[in-house]
Amino acid sequence: MTIDIFLQQLVNGLTLGAFYGLIALGYTMVYGIIGMINFAHGDIYMIGAFVALIGFVVLSTIGVVSVPLAILIVLVMAMFFTACYGWAVERIAYRPLRGSPRLAPLISAIGMSIVLQNYVQIAQGARTKSLQPIVNGQYSIDVGNGAHVTVSLLQIIIIVLTVALMAGFTWVIRSTPLGRAQRATEQDATMAALLGVNVNRTISITFVIGASLAAVAGMMATLYYGVIDFYIGFIAGIKAFTAAVLGGIGSLPGAMLGGLAIGLIESFWPVFFDLAYRDVAVFGVLILVLIFRPTGLLGRPEIEKV
Amino acid sequence: MAAADRQRPPFVAMLRDSALAAVVAALLAVPLLGVRLVDNASGLTLDRRLPLVLYAAAAVFAGRLLLSLAGRYLAPSLRGMTASLPGMPRNSLVIFGWVLVAAALLLPWMPFAERNLIDKLTLILIYVMLGWGLNIVVGLAGLLDLGYVAFYAIGAYAYALLSMHFGLSFWICLPLAGLIAAMFGIALGFPVLRLRGDYLAIVTLGFGEIIRVVLLNWQAVTNGPNGITGIERPTLFGLSFSRAADGPTFAGFFGIEYAPAQRVYFLYYLILALAMLTTLFAQRIRRLPTGRAWEALREDEIACRSLGMNPVTVKLSAFAIGASFAGLAGSFFATRQGFISPESFSFIESATILAIVVLGGMGSQIGIVLAAVLLVGLPEWFRDLAEYRMLVFGGAMVLIMLWRPQGLLSRREPTVLLDPKPASAEATVP
Repeated sequence: MTIDIFLQQLVNGLTLGAFYGLIALGYTMVYGIIGMINFAHGDIYMIGAFVALIGFVVLSTIGVVSVPLAILIVLVMAMFFTACYGWAVERIAYRPLRGSPRLAPLISAIGMSIVLQNYVQIAQGARTKSLQPIVNGQYSIDVGNGAHVTVSLLQIIIIVLTVALMAGFTWVIRSTPLGRAQRATEQDATMAALLGVNVNRTISITFVIGASLAAVAGMMATLYYGVIDFYIGFIAGIKAFTAAVLGGIGSLPGAMLGGLAIGLIESFWPVFFDLAYRDVAVFGVLILVLIFRPTGLLGRPEIEKV
Repeated sequence: MAAADRQRPPFVAMLRDSALAAVVAALLAVPLLGVRLVDNASGLTLDRRLPLVLYAAAAVFAGRLLLSLAGRYLAPSLRGMTASLPGMPRNSLVIFGWVLVAAALLLPWMPFAERNLIDKLTLILIYVMLGWGLNIVVGLAGLLDLGYVAFYAIGAYAYALLSMHFGLSFWICLPLAGLIAAMFGIALGFPVLRLRGDYLAIVTLGFGEIIRVVLLNWQAVTNGPNGITGIERPTLFGLSFSRAADGPTFAGFFGIEYAPAQRVYFLYYLILALAMLTTLFAQRIRRLPTGRAWEALREDEIACRSLGMNPVTVKLSAFAIGASFAGLAGSFFATRQGFISPESFSFIESATILAIVVLGGMGSQIGIVLAAVLLVGLPEWFRDLAEYRMLVFGGAMVLIMLWRPQGLLSRREPTVLLDPKPASAEATVP
């Protein structure tokens, strides 16, 4: 592998890792706070992508030509509407099941995922939707020996936006009252409630934040791939969840690291091996990591007590 | 919402609550239901369908209002009805189970049993068998397996390939397929079974996807997405169910007229027998040391370890046995369809089987039958719903779970308990 291919795949892998990291944050937060696998989260991401696509079409119909303005408006819109979906899913399908057997919310989540997929399929049609590229610029960087690495403007936007969101998000969790309430609920919901934390509201906000981060990933996917359909949430969701587990579920830096790892594996795999087996590689690495580090890369070992 | 008005909501509060729900519904509906993307020559355009948003809001308003009214005026009597379900004595459930079996045996002789019905029941029975098999893993041993369909696929492909390349008959392949699936179960289980619950769930899910991707891409062996066709049909002691065959045919041997339905009935009895084998095996093994060890491990792993049990071998046995039943069901599926492709073994199958186990109430054999009829049977009968079918399926999963979080018939208590001393016994203690 020459240096230019290496750098090129590194850039592509970072971009991919940004998607998975953003979605994985939603999984890991929800898991941390109520201990359930939110299976519908991948479909929340898909809804984010659809809302963003519809937003772009609406803006072009009413004649907004400035690209940065359009992206900003669509970003806010997608985050808002998708957050509504995240909130509603929690309110309808998970909140009534709090305190019931552990598998009940999981089944409810799988059901919700099927509902969301088919709802979008019926409402928007089963065919793939494609969008003309909006952000076009790209830079070619000379890496010596006449070799070039291409970095598109969109990739830069995606990586910068992701880093900014993650930094802001880490700040929220670390040093705001909301973040404190969240960490308290995560450690001991009953105790947090006794100390005056509104547990239900904190959990709702967790879902809202998770959904809006997924919406950002969805908007970026709409721009980056330009092709979406109602089924994209499933595989993206599974891989993002894999990323969360890989990083150590419940750990926020772990989710970002896991997303990055999955993104890099995916972009480097085809350089050496058959592209068709890329997903096998992702899950294979997951199994290997878990065998040698059963709590994931950054997860804390859980102390088991009688 | 204050606790007081949640308990006894006056009508005004109900109205306000419903109006709020309607506003949320409208918000949700605006971006996805209110506009529809249309492909044009010039790119995407929008089709506005705002009335749909109003309908959605109105429906949610009415539904929410009715629910809270029902919750106020009907809840006490409803609660009484549903509470009586798990209270059924164990004996009556067992009797009910045998009545079900008898009904299933006699059903094909009933006048209303046309071929179509038997065909659908065969499909339901496949899921009942898969549910009973997965119940060994999830219900008894408490291991969350999200990739159960992988073993089902392995069984199906094992049968198809063995019969195609080695000309082995169904009855030889059936145990072999079970064995191969069990071996895969051990191979996967050995490294990963020391993981905690949810890590195990994602690893099994990943394994399911790996198997599907391999089946899809290993052209030389599995013929890729096109699948394997012309899989050999089963025979009854060498009697085939076709009009004319090399060997003796069923119709010819018994001197009756050939009818294509004969195979349908045969397949029905075959899967009934296989399913019964699964459930009887599960019932027996619960009373053996192995089964007791599963349940003990599910209840308290640390206690088991300190008593000297090896959790990995105990879990591995449950995993392998569960997998082998999936393998048997898989080879039955292959022989029934005569055609298999990776498409039949996607994650949604794993999810359906797990949903059947959980909805049935884990550990309850009859609950699983009810759940399979609900989840597999009803959508089959409502094929007219076409594209709404899966929407209804997912919605039903959510609603049943909300209605009975512990499953339709919950029976998760351990098979053995320390002798629950009656009150009188305590009184006699000095």
